Amino acid sequence: MMLSHFSAVLLFALCVSVVFGITQRTEPRKMALFAGYCFILFVGGTIIASWVMWLIKR
Amino acid sequence: MEERMATHAEQTTPHSSGKATAALILGWLIPGAGHVLLGKWVRGVLIFASIVIMFSIGIALQGKVYAPNMGDLLDMLGFAGNLGAGGLYLLARMMGWGAQAVQIAVADYGTKFIVVAGLLNVIAAVDAHSLANGRKAAA
Repeated sequence: MMLSHFSAVLLFALCVSVVFGITQRTEPRKMALFAGYCFILFVGGTIIASWVMWLIKR
Repeated sequence: MEERMATHAEQTTPHSSGKATAALILGWLIPGAGHVLLGKWVRGVLIFASIVIMFSIGIALQGKVYAPNMGDLLDMLGFAGNLGAGGLYLLARMMGWGAQAVQIAVADYGTKFIVVAGLLNVIAAVDAHSLANGRKAAA
């Protein structure tokens, strides 16, 4: 199996966010919101870190 | 008012400690099973799918499955993380899945996927235990 770096990030963020949402909140709506929040932070944080590394390399 | 309080009390009534322990152990052995035991089917299925998918991706990427060891600290922590996956880890060890050492670049991702799947399973099992004993409100 071969995954690109970005698809690995997306799968990792999706699975972890689902579990975080379910375990860290009590109501279904808040679970979904928290899962979405975690997903955005995981993926967004990775993209920002990638650009920072690109800038350091230049 | 009394009716509302009664409904709230019913929702937060803790189960027996035996059921809480069963939810913890079952949740560790099979991802999401603790939630299913408590009647939280959707949560149980979502947890099961997330953890099994992560673990499977890790194995497919030829991630390392740690054996019990007393060597390097990171190896010991890796084993502890793997052990969190419960039945999945035991199955992987019995079937000889995964790699003994990281040999290709993406295998390092695979190793992390397997360890994180185990850690998430511990969080989910503890969450089922908290739901069962009333520490976490059941919605």
